Amino acid sequence: MSGYSVIGRRLPKEDAISKATGEAKYTVDLSFKGMLWGKILRSKYPHAKILNIDTTKAERLPGVKAIITARDVPDIKYGYALRDQTIFAREKVRHLGEPVAAVAAIDEETAREALALIKVEYEELQAIFDPEEAMQPTAPLIHEGITTYETEYPFWKPIRGGNLCSANRVHVGDVEKGFKDSDFVFEDTFKTPMVYQSYLEPHCSVASFDSSGKVTVWASTAAPFYSQNRLSKILKIPMNKIRVIAPHVGGSHGGKSFDLNSPFCVLLSRKTNRPVKILLSREEDFIAGTPRHPCTIELKTGVKKDGRLVARHAKLVYDTGAYADWGPGLTAQGFSFAPGPYKIPNIKVEAFCVYTNNTVAGSFRGWGCPQPTFAYESQMDIIAAKLGMDPLELRLKNLQEKGDLMVIGQEIPSDGLKETLLKATKEADWKGKKKEKQIRRGIGMACMFYSSGYSSSSCFVKLNEDGTIGVSVGATDIGQGSTTALAQILAEELGVSLEDISMVTADTDTTPWDYGTIGSRCVYIVGNAVKTAAVDMKNQLFQMAAGMLEARVEDMEAKGGMVGVKGSPERAIPLVQLAILSRYVMGGPIIGRGSYMENVRPVDTEKVEGFLFNTFPALVYATQVAEVEVDAETGKVKVLNLTAAHDCGYAINPMSVEGQIEGGVSIGLGFALSEEVLLERGRITNPNFMQYKIFSALDMPKIDSLIVEVHEATGPFGAKGIGEPGLLPTAPAVANAIYDALGVRIKTLPITPDKVLKALKEKSGR
Amino acid sequence: MKRMIDININGEPYRVEIEPQRTLLEVLREDLGLTGTKEACGAGNCGSCTVIMDGKPVLSCLVLAVESQGKNILTIEGLAKDGRLHPLQEAFIEHGAIQCGFCTPGMILSAKALLDETPHPTEGKVRSAIAGNICRCTGYAKIVEAIMAEGR
Repeated sequence: MSGYSVIGRRLPKEDAISKATGEAKYTVDLSFKGMLWGKILRSKYPHAKILNIDTTKAERLPGVKAIITARDVPDIKYGYALRDQTIFAREKVRHLGEPVAAVAAIDEETAREALALIKVEYEELQAIFDPEEAMQPTAPLIHEGITTYETEYPFWKPIRGGNLCSANRVHVGDVEKGFKDSDFVFEDTFKTPMVYQSYLEPHCSVASFDSSGKVTVWASTAAPFYSQNRLSKILKIPMNKIRVIAPHVGGSHGGKSFDLNSPFCVLLSRKTNRPVKILLSREEDFIAGTPRHPCTIELKTGVKKDGRLVARHAKLVYDTGAYADWGPGLTAQGFSFAPGPYKIPNIKVEAFCVYTNNTVAGSFRGWGCPQPTFAYESQMDIIAAKLGMDPLELRLKNLQEKGDLMVIGQEIPSDGLKETLLKATKEADWKGKKKEKQIRRGIGMACMFYSSGYSSSSCFVKLNEDGTIGVSVGATDIGQGSTTALAQILAEELGVSLEDISMVTADTDTTPWDYGTIGSRCVYIVGNAVKTAAVDMKNQLFQMAAGMLEARVEDMEAKGGMVGVKGSPERAIPLVQLAILSRYVMGGPIIGRGSYMENVRPVDTEKVEGFLFNTFPALVYATQVAEVEVDAETGKVKVLNLTAAHDCGYAINPMSVEGQIEGGVSIGLGFALSEEVLLERGRITNPNFMQYKIFSALDMPKIDSLIVEVHEATGPFGAKGIGEPGLLPTAPAVANAIYDALGVRIKTLPITPDKVLKALKEKSGR
Repeated sequence: MKRMIDININGEPYRVEIEPQRTLLEVLREDLGLTGTKEACGAGNCGSCTVIMDGKPVLSCLVLAVESQGKNILTIEGLAKDGRLHPLQEAFIEHGAIQCGFCTPGMILSAKALLDETPHPTEGKVRSAIAGNICRCTGYAKIVEAIMAEGR
């Protein structure tokens, strides 16, 4: 047994009661006296010059309190990697839905009416929607200033130009020679669609200025500190005059890396001196949000007869839409993992992030990796089928081992992937089920590797006068349970019970800096900051108690709300006593502080061209096995069982870890079978939950979530992230199961019934 | 033209003056401050706004407030009695069925309507009963577990 008392336990989330009773307040629930409603006027064209904006009629509408356009804001560009975007379109619009004006009015209806009265004159420009076409030298330019845009990463040497927003290249070994030395060469092209995060609470912000000129922003965001920083830069307001608070957040799934409405709320609130709220309708959220990049993956792989992979050339093209957003970052991420977790001596990877006049794509759980994962894991089974090998055997033969290198030069730190592979296939009875061939039923597997953690975080801990603990930490709980997991880490380290801890989170005024809930980083990076703060407090308590007990500091321990001498339960002092003494007799009130910085090193950008990150702080692994049944009459695929084995280092709260896996799988199944944002010349034609089909309780299979714990040396108590991997191997596992069932290979997601029927028809026609 | 309606919400009588085009959801959230009922799509596709009207689950974004004249409405705020959680709320909490929580009020009320009618449902029945309530966080596994545990 571990000997831990608070971590490793299946504990309910600290906010679960308030969410079960309806008491929990989300940004959409906030309302203030005198509050105005804001609305955003969006471009009707995918690519057009703005000739004139006439707001006079709208201004005269009773109830309208303010109208703003590009004229009212500083001309400052922003972006996560590349600064290419402005609050309002200036001179031209680059996608349908780009903001051109915003209105504040006494109610939503009036604001909507006002939008209809704003006259914008456009001159349409030739638009381009296909990234391959956009890369042609003759294509119309979407960003004339592409080569002049500033970057957010000082050491980044971007590859860009034309409609190419960013690119990455690497060549390890000699792929051409590798292909020559191979017995078989496989060439396949895979396509994945634009998919939408589908968080249930739409983007919503409220901003309100006080008489000192300070603005408070409540926003449905996963990254309040990032928001504060961006608002400060683009609106030229010092950070001490901006407070961003994330109340309960109704999901993010990556899509709330930035609170899209906040700049408009702040501007309108400043102009009207009243609180302003902007809440997107679901349709508008589809249009204004930042869905997953559609991607085309060309994969060429050379293999020996015995199944050894010899060479691989991967080419990835990501459609980032009209602006970079997180495109360059997640293209680099997808690029890093694109060869798959396999030993391949000769590898070439090229990844392109391309501008088009489609809607802006951005951050979505899995960050550029579900696309190549679908490709490399589908192709593994194509190879296995050709060689007549069991897909499990083929993977085991080629799996990277501890000490092997990724293409970016990073070492594989453990054999965690193999553990997940063996566990998932054992629990799913892979060998048994693979043998018993059933009509229209199939079983498929897929592996994945991915990163956990990014950037840094910090934490304060204070000892209250009665011995209870107050914690202040910037991490934003978007539902995944970080607040509870972090409290568990703190309680374990300080030897107190969870009931003695109260957490303050996600408020830029009252909590110390955190990057945000992205990149599977809360438990891992923030957890380290929290643990460090707990150790800092403990050291102060040990000093105090050791003096009083006439013991050595190194013999002290914190346990059961007491600080005392190890092995001598009678020589211990309750925290309450230390708290009082520290206040009135010696030393002063006790505060613990912790800061943590990711443990990474630079990547050699001479070899790994265009790369903008360091190495990844930690790697995570998973294997999923899907069992499907296909109706050959209708083409409908039913997933019967899904076994998901995930390495999370150490499960601080196993119930929450399972929740992350299960939720991830449901998004992965949608990616596999039903979800696709449909675009027609830049216009989304299915911006609602009627036509955009996410999985319901009836569609979901039984999920067997299996936790694999390969201790992560840099993680708090060995833990690392689990937020994103759940959805990564799902689609290829399903595609492979469909192949197993029917003998047809579908390389374009989602695998809808019409694609299955078409593939069956083609197969029987041969 | 405004109209006066009488509704019983969570056991208490309310008289509200409303415009006829407003939905029950809008009146609950905006006029009565009962923000536990959520709106995620406004078009009847997601189930977040589910409330119980005279014993049946309804999507309050598709119900005009005037239609609830004289009806008994149960919202999530009315489920706990005298400071004690309803067993379904407890089951959702204990089983980890709540993540972001935005679907939770509607989900719990759909589940309650099912269990009131069918105290011991099969898993298939449970899944059918909540098929109109979408959840993007949990994959429904722990939600189904929680409802099954309560309906055992």
